[in-house]
Amino acid sequence: MPNTYTSLKNKLINAFERHKGQIMQNDPEALKDMRSEAMEVFHKQGFPDTQLEDWKNTDISAALSRDYAFLFETEPEKMNLDKIFKCKIQDLNTDQITLLNGWYIEDQKLKETDDGMIMGSLAAAMDKYPGLVASYFGKYADPQKNGLQALNTAFAQDGFFIYVPDNVTLDIPVQMVSIINWNKDLLVQTRNLVIMGKNSKLTLVHCDDSTNQQAIFKNSINEIHLGENATLDHYKLQNLNNQSSLINSSYFYQESNSKLSTNAITLNGGLIRNHTHVTLDGENAGADIYGAYLMDQKQHVDNQVFVDHARPNCYSNELFKGIMDEEASAVFNGHILVRQDAQKTNAYQNNHNILMTDTARANAKPFLEIYADDVKCSHGATIGQLDPEAIFYLRSRGICEANARLLMLYAFAAEVIRKVKIEPLRERVDEMIRQRLKGELHICETCALHCDGPGKEIIFEIDMDKV
Amino acid sequence: MLLEIKDLHVEIDGKEIIRGLNLKVKNGETHAIMGPNGTGKSTLALAIAGKEGYEVTQGEVLYKGNSILDMSPEERSLKGIFLGFQYPVEIPGVSITNFLRTAINEHREYNKQPPLSASDFLKNMEEKKKLLDIHSKLTNRSVNEGFSGGEKKRNEIFQMAMLEPSLSILDETDSGLDIDALKVVANGVNALRSKDNGFVVITHYQRLLDYIIPDFVHVLFDGRLIKSGGKELALELEERGYEWLKE
Repeated sequence: MPNTYTSLKNKLINAFERHKGQIMQNDPEALKDMRSEAMEVFHKQGFPDTQLEDWKNTDISAALSRDYAFLFETEPEKMNLDKIFKCKIQDLNTDQITLLNGWYIEDQKLKETDDGMIMGSLAAAMDKYPGLVASYFGKYADPQKNGLQALNTAFAQDGFFIYVPDNVTLDIPVQMVSIINWNKDLLVQTRNLVIMGKNSKLTLVHCDDSTNQQAIFKNSINEIHLGENATLDHYKLQNLNNQSSLINSSYFYQESNSKLSTNAITLNGGLIRNHTHVTLDGENAGADIYGAYLMDQKQHVDNQVFVDHARPNCYSNELFKGIMDEEASAVFNGHILVRQDAQKTNAYQNNHNILMTDTARANAKPFLEIYADDVKCSHGATIGQLDPEAIFYLRSRGICEANARLLMLYAFAAEVIRKVKIEPLRERVDEMIRQRLKGELHICETCALHCDGPGKEIIFEIDMDKV
Repeated sequence: MLLEIKDLHVEIDGKEIIRGLNLKVKNGETHAIMGPNGTGKSTLALAIAGKEGYEVTQGEVLYKGNSILDMSPEERSLKGIFLGFQYPVEIPGVSITNFLRTAINEHREYNKQPPLSASDFLKNMEEKKKLLDIHSKLTNRSVNEGFSGGEKKRNEIFQMAMLEPSLSILDETDSGLDIDALKVVANGVNALRSKDNGFVVITHYQRLLDYIIPDFVHVLFDGRLIKSGGKELALELEERGYEWLKE
């Protein structure tokens, strides 16, 4: 029987041969070579499978067995974006930039401000600023790492590009919305590049949404450079349909005194893997890495976090919390590397999971690799159920069992949600978590399997300031 | 009759703890149940509250004339039964305010009343906080998380004050309290006593009964009430201990 898994690989290899002129049309010279080399890596390695240690608990073979279409150019037909997607974050004033099916769709391909900030399409940036792009593209996301990363490097034509020059602060968050809306199953490979100069400040909200029930396989790479004393506040909101897979790799490279906060909120999706790679390559740099995931049915989420403490006096703090219902499964692999020079490192890692059923699964693997002797490191991982004593306590006060569970689950997730610094976003995420817990979040409305939540309205926190 | 317990037998994991207990509580009455450790005091309280695993194998518990044994814990609460826990559970992340407002609105919905507005809720909460000498910050904290023993017990009585039950069962509310906290808790309970409600106060020591003066005192031993009397029985127990009752 022909393996479609292999057939997808062959289809991609052939497609690259046929379309490479088109793929490379905006490329700086150095990038062309990188793509060809990456294609060789993909040829050799193929897709990652469960034989690889990193992929042991995340099996993408079923997702790869679909017959995906690829788009090598943007759809000429102008879509009415408002019809297919409406961001529901009220009162959140953002600069929104949008990708549709992997292609940048704003009329103005690059927005440039007087203080030198550039924001828009990566394809357009390659064309207009080849030197700038070439000096960061592929610098952190090594195409040799695995077949998917190689594949993205070879194929990715467009994505978001943001450049914040030295000493520039963006007051308004930038919202990167990536929407998939296609009438066939689609393989999308986007590449996002964010370059932050010295003393710059940026807030990024990165939303991945599907708008219909068509399957997608999205293989996305983000490379994010934080210059000296730069501050980045980064959020990922993931809300995809059950047929879809998202492999999202983010490489944060941090120079001295830079501060990163990144928070991945995973609300829905057939298979989602977030690979977060942080390199602390300057003294006094720090990274807060948070994540919350709420999965059910047969959904699978995988958070791979690698923190490289390469210099002294840096900190990293990881907190991931997940609620797994029905037959959902979660993986957390946290690897902290403290190199010999990285004295006075503070590195903390926590992963906590609640399993709602006997068939839900969570797999946590903390891993500390320490070569320096003067460090503070800790890790903790728990997998458990809701405390029946606490449920009884709430019920004994008249709160019905379903609401008692909701209160507890919400409280469990809230520890991560409270880390969201932008108030309207926090309120929205909060609302989404509540809807999600009640099975009322938008993407599942059309899904016949689900959406039969306990139904009763539950009133949460009163804001004392507003009374 | 507010509460009528007839020949109650309760098992936990197949082991019989309550072995034929009878008790009647009328509106306006306060009953004290005393007894040594391990005689079934908390089992009785938790069985009335409907805790899973506390299996009633025989007998009846009638509340306002109706059996409650088939009711869920929440339904018992909604009908007006309150248990002040001996060991209140810590619930990280759920603030007292949030929790109580959810609880009160479930009670109001059950009684076909509209939800309480935020301002009415807060007004009510402020009054009841004063009653129990609870400072502002406490109610913004997670339920019982990191509370001292005294704070936990005051929080139990505070919840009772907010929910205004008809029947309150207070399980060793005095344990872990210093004398000042004991007075505050007792004053809170006394302020809530009325002709329309009843209390069952479970305690190990007579001390609490100096402040919450009961109408009746019962001795629970080996799963049964072996002696009943007026408030003077508590004093006698204080003097003579329980041994003389055990033959």
